Amino acid sequence: MGSFSAFSLLRHAIGGNRHWQRHWRAASPKPSYDVIVVGGGGHGLATAFYLAENHGIRNVAVIEKGYIGGGNVGRNTTVIRSNYLLDGNTQFYEFSMKLWEGLSAALNFNVMFSQRGQIVTAHSADQMDAFSHRANIMRLNGIDAEILGRDEVRRLVPYLDFSDTARFPIHGAILQGRAGTARHDAVAWGYARAASGHGVDIIENCEVIDFLRKGDRIVGVETTRGRIGAERVGLAVAGHTSVLSRKAGLELPIESHVLQAFVTEPVKPLVDHVVAYGADHFYVSQSDKGGLVFGGNLDGYNSYAQRGNAGVLQEVCEAAVALMPNISRLRLLRHWGGIMDMTPDASPIISLTPVPGLYLNGGWCYGGFKATPASGWCFAHMLATGEVHPLTRGYGLDRFRTGHTLDEAGAGPFAWLQ
Amino acid sequence: MTDNRLPSGGRIDRSLPVDFRFDGRSYAGFKGDTLASALLANGVTLVGRSFKYHRPRGIISAGIEEPNALVTLGAGGRREPNVPATMVELSPGLTAESQNRWPSLGFDLQGINGLFAPLLASGFYYKTFMGPGRRAWMVYEHFIRKAAGLGMAAMEADPDRYETRHDFADVVVVGAGPAGLAAARAAAQAGARVLLVEQDFELGGQMLAEPRGQDWLAGMLAELGSMPGLRLMRRTTAFGLYDGNTLGLLSHADPGAKAAARQVFTLLRAGGIVFATGAVERPMVFSNNDRPGVMLASAIRTYLNRFAVLPGRKVVIGAAADSAYRTAFDLAANGAEVVLADSRAEIDPQLLGQAVRSGVEVHAGTLIVKATGARGVRAVELEGRSGPFRRQCDLVGMAGGWTPVLHLTSHLGVKPQYRQDIDAFIPGGLPTGQFAAGAVTGAATAAEAVRQGHRAGSAAAAAAGYDRKVDAAVLPAFEESGLPHAVQALPFGRKKAFVDFQMDVSLDDIALAQREGYESVEHLKRYTTLGMGTDQGKTSNVNAVRAMAALRGTPMEAAGTTTFRPPYAPVAVGAIAGRAKGHHFRPFRRTPMHDWHVANGADMLEVGLWMRPWYFRSFGADVDEAYVAEMRHVRSAAGLMDISTLGKIAVEGPDAATFLDRVYANGFASLKVGRARYGVMLRDDGIVLDDGTTTRIAENSYFMTTSTAKAADVMSWLEFLLDVAWPELRVSVTSVTDEWAGMSVAGPKSRAVLAAAFPAIDVSNEALPHMGLVEGTFRGSRLRIVRLSYSGERAYEIYVGASQGLAAWEHLLAMGKDSDLRPYGVEALGALRIEKGHVAGPEIDGRTTLADLGMARMVAKRSGYIGAVLGQRPAFLAPDRQRVVGLECAESGKRLRGGAILFAPDEAWQGHGRGRVTSTTFSPDIGKSIGLGLLAADFAGDEVVAVYPMKNEVVRARVVSPVFLDPMGERMHG
Amino acid sequence: MLRIHCPCCGPRDHDEFRYAGDASVVRPAHDDPDFEAWYRYVYVRANPKGLHREYWQHVHGCRQWLVVERDTATHTIHSVHFAGQQAS
Repeated sequence: MGSFSAFSLLRHAIGGNRHWQRHWRAASPKPSYDVIVVGGGGHGLATAFYLAENHGIRNVAVIEKGYIGGGNVGRNTTVIRSNYLLDGNTQFYEFSMKLWEGLSAALNFNVMFSQRGQIVTAHSADQMDAFSHRANIMRLNGIDAEILGRDEVRRLVPYLDFSDTARFPIHGAILQGRAGTARHDAVAWGYARAASGHGVDIIENCEVIDFLRKGDRIVGVETTRGRIGAERVGLAVAGHTSVLSRKAGLELPIESHVLQAFVTEPVKPLVDHVVAYGADHFYVSQSDKGGLVFGGNLDGYNSYAQRGNAGVLQEVCEAAVALMPNISRLRLLRHWGGIMDMTPDASPIISLTPVPGLYLNGGWCYGGFKATPASGWCFAHMLATGEVHPLTRGYGLDRFRTGHTLDEAGAGPFAWLQ
Repeated sequence: MTDNRLPSGGRIDRSLPVDFRFDGRSYAGFKGDTLASALLANGVTLVGRSFKYHRPRGIISAGIEEPNALVTLGAGGRREPNVPATMVELSPGLTAESQNRWPSLGFDLQGINGLFAPLLASGFYYKTFMGPGRRAWMVYEHFIRKAAGLGMAAMEADPDRYETRHDFADVVVVGAGPAGLAAARAAAQAGARVLLVEQDFELGGQMLAEPRGQDWLAGMLAELGSMPGLRLMRRTTAFGLYDGNTLGLLSHADPGAKAAARQVFTLLRAGGIVFATGAVERPMVFSNNDRPGVMLASAIRTYLNRFAVLPGRKVVIGAAADSAYRTAFDLAANGAEVVLADSRAEIDPQLLGQAVRSGVEVHAGTLIVKATGARGVRAVELEGRSGPFRRQCDLVGMAGGWTPVLHLTSHLGVKPQYRQDIDAFIPGGLPTGQFAAGAVTGAATAAEAVRQGHRAGSAAAAAAGYDRKVDAAVLPAFEESGLPHAVQALPFGRKKAFVDFQMDVSLDDIALAQREGYESVEHLKRYTTLGMGTDQGKTSNVNAVRAMAALRGTPMEAAGTTTFRPPYAPVAVGAIAGRAKGHHFRPFRRTPMHDWHVANGADMLEVGLWMRPWYFRSFGADVDEAYVAEMRHVRSAAGLMDISTLGKIAVEGPDAATFLDRVYANGFASLKVGRARYGVMLRDDGIVLDDGTTTRIAENSYFMTTSTAKAADVMSWLEFLLDVAWPELRVSVTSVTDEWAGMSVAGPKSRAVLAAAFPAIDVSNEALPHMGLVEGTFRGSRLRIVRLSYSGERAYEIYVGASQGLAAWEHLLAMGKDSDLRPYGVEALGALRIEKGHVAGPEIDGRTTLADLGMARMVAKRSGYIGAVLGQRPAFLAPDRQRVVGLECAESGKRLRGGAILFAPDEAWQGHGRGRVTSTTFSPDIGKSIGLGLLAADFAGDEVVAVYPMKNEVVRARVVSPVFLDPMGERMHG
Repeated sequence: MLRIHCPCCGPRDHDEFRYAGDASVVRPAHDDPDFEAWYRYVYVRANPKGLHREYWQHVHGCRQWLVVERDTATHTIHSVHFAGQQAS
């Protein structure tokens, strides 16, 4: 696999681009592996990469039922931030942020991580207090954060509604300057290419039908491309975690829900930051291609259909115009849905399970993209050592029994409200 | 400037000339023109620049599939970028500008990108811009972002109005071409309420471009116009199919009429749906097939016949389908010199004969391989059976076959099916009640389309329960040939042979993507950006799939298509939002006393949807000055507070006491008639849900109040418990939030106020003790006075019917004048409760338990209440669990701030601390900044530091009881 | 829009309703002290891809709590009943 650089680009261009090679090998399943990661999304591919990179475990397969990156890593709104409040979340997401900051170099693949800053608007004195609390926690954990007054927000994002007719006037905002976006597909492809380069087999169009067992231990998977043995099997199939876990006899505190994403026609630079509306469910950023990418609330009922309903389309467009009156004439180009593993506290699960040989990475709710590098890093640690990585101590399955839930929003054990 | 308008013919209204401007120059067209047809009539062929290479581009199509001719309309807040000129109905004063070019359309500096095309091939950006340094990408990105995008968005608010409609129909027919018209006629005759939706401003579809079909069309429109059960929506695009057979429709106003709304969004619930959405023609792939002057053959025919525009005089048409011949014949009939290069070896002899008669020169087995010319096509190079040759021309037609418009049919997940004989994807098996008819199914002739439409319309009506007898279909009376298409040969290896015009994706790019492993059509799309333009790849999709299938050596059906997503065509965000913008984004909830507050100097505050008085300006110039004065006034005299926003629920029935005893964590079984009690509700997981008071009005009747924020949640929760969990309990709950106005009188003089206001009611301490209730009437309305205190003062909550709320408010103020009763706002209310250590929203944050809030004693000996079991989990009993404390600022001249993090004085200030400050106020009584906080229970010291990095502030605070004032409650008793 | 046929009000858009999740879980009696029963009721979900019995309340209509049987893969609604009748 050749290295990517401006020089290689030039060399290949002169050669008519005829000599570029596959970014990841088209692998066929071997009879067995040290580790099988089920799920060729961002988290699964990252896990495979760090297994090889950090732990030297290269006899690894990533098994994907369709094409890699076809799930949520390729459907999300690409926001990356580390503005978490609760002990356990704060450190984990900041670790992820640090990995993002070196990711293109680490993978030799430009994932276009762009730290353009995220602004969340505040609309009451109480909300300003809540944001200050969050910002203080961030600073005390070595994370950048700023609280902005109304005038400062206006200077940065003058196109928001600062008029007298704003239904929920802007009091101020919280800003994380290091937050931003990345090119989501590139994250999957970059991890795949780097993992493949380390010897990992990436096996597409291979669906797991069942688990192979020896006694009560899981020793591999039965797939549409045959039986594949493994010492350890890691699940990284957020959206469908329940479906696969049930095959292993696990019932989980997870519900699947649809979250929609929206993109407008491409326009010249308009929105420099990631902007989120503190009075409703709406967040927006502009892709490098020029489209405004935005999203809102869950559709609100259990679903495995990767499509959204018209009611949320309306709600999101209403919030969009309420926050950004100049978006009104811009036209929506596409909207689509992704399936989220929603947990009762909106925090993820990276956990050992009661089933020997089976390890779980899921429950990412709508925050999985930003966590991709840290999730892969910590899950690889678990698959390599059999131990919980210190950064994910709070993400065990047992927290719902013990009450150590990490409920950032305080919404309670109602997945559809989280 | 060339005049391409024919002297007669077309469906334009020559009696109504229309002036418009494009790139600053004035032009004239006619009513009935589109911007595209008017530009072509004026000889304007260069209209835009492409996305990546800034190549000169012209008009390719005559419809919604247009990838190239995107313009910006309007200016200021009305600026609208990226509008296909083919979809703009010409109207007087229309101003359009080309986009994505600098300094001008004719000379675009970024045209230089084309020279570097090999460097800028698919995915180039993933392979570079990674250094030097970690933030290098941000530098490169700045320039890439500027170069990307198409037009410029408005920076101002959109001044126009939009509307949202909700609509219903038994049968919806999407598309008013031959199939759709026939379907609508049949369904309406069967007795169904029919809605016919057409995106164009004229009905007829492809028939509008068919000179031989004009009589049929006129007859059909006349008949449909007189059918009572049929509604027509023109200028309306069905852009999305959603669950529940719901269609999203977007209607544009007639630019010639004075419309209230620029666009109307309709959510239409349909019984049956007939998709008669037609097909769009497919381009041919050859070098420089994007040059201005290269157009779809069917578009040429539309411009010629519908708009009376002859876009060129020397024409070469590249064909893989018979439809090319109709264009050729019509062009020849209008005096053009036409060469037809048919890629097929065998051609229908009838067509050939007609070609000879029309003077059209046909070359069988011949392909166009390259167009030449810079800003417009000058010639084409062809390759035929006898070798390469070249033809001068000023117009090139492309007839690469037809691509059914099946987008809507697959929005709900129905996978398209590949049909080999027409080399196209058609709708897959549709669910009950949905039908497809006409060109979308691959029907090749108008007659076939009409037959299918007729059948589909009847079937859709029958599915909706309407089966009256239907007349036979009226078939158009002209001949059309309907031979299969030929599969277009793709010239791999030829440069700049574009597949996706708007995204500048060429055959080379597709080959590169395949080489690098991006073989799945979804990978292809994402890696090359193919199909991701504003045209959503309407003209590129099938050619791209075929290219990938050919490269991989797989059949078309195995290559598959990407998922079709709504909207089918771009829709304005503002149109979907409708009128829900600005103040109308969400409804206002106002109390019965709202107008009084505003008229009497209240600064109002949004509290959820409610508006509440924040503070009254009579107490001070700003909130900080006023709230302290208001607090002083309540503590020294009497204050009046509007509490109408509290949730109010009537709980009634013989088992009401049992119900409340389970619903509240603390006991309610012993509550006597005429008495009130404070109660806390938990969630099933043991976390506090809400708090409030409940008063026993009579044996089986209780009056519950909830917090303003949780009113709706608590109501639904109680209904759930009664409907689902405990249906055996004989209890009913009714929300009475809006039935009662509420106000509270608090302060040492509160009793005097009540005595003056309600002389008929005994409000003495004996008759109305703390937590007592008296009832009466006020101006014919029921009146409830409950002695409850939130502020810690002697206080009364007064409830009257909402219609008498304002009267009671004014009456109290008038009668309370001697006691100096004055209104106060929520800021002071919040401060008063902090002084008393009452918890509220900042403490009840969805993560705290009863014990955390210092109320564990309430449930000490109880069980069987909601949340009892899970509320005992280990985490809730941990020694470092954070519990509510009082905090008193220990440094003069400083203040506590909500959101400060608490540490022991000798600890390093990092991590998550030992707790936080939740609520703060200045206490005039204590003369200090005080607050409530959550602090680890195992924290032993009596002093903490409150760290607030946002202001680089560290404040020492004493840890004290949360009850700062009157711990024995003497002020409120007695 | 999902169209829910409310047995009281007729076919209505789903955004008139409040969703409340899995209706197949069994709520323990109010005085049931069994931790496991409460834990499973509050947290553990079958989360099927396919038929799902779920609670909806017609908040902007009759305010009845309903049990809707719906396919989570296709969104097709198979039945709607009053929740009270289901429970009894």
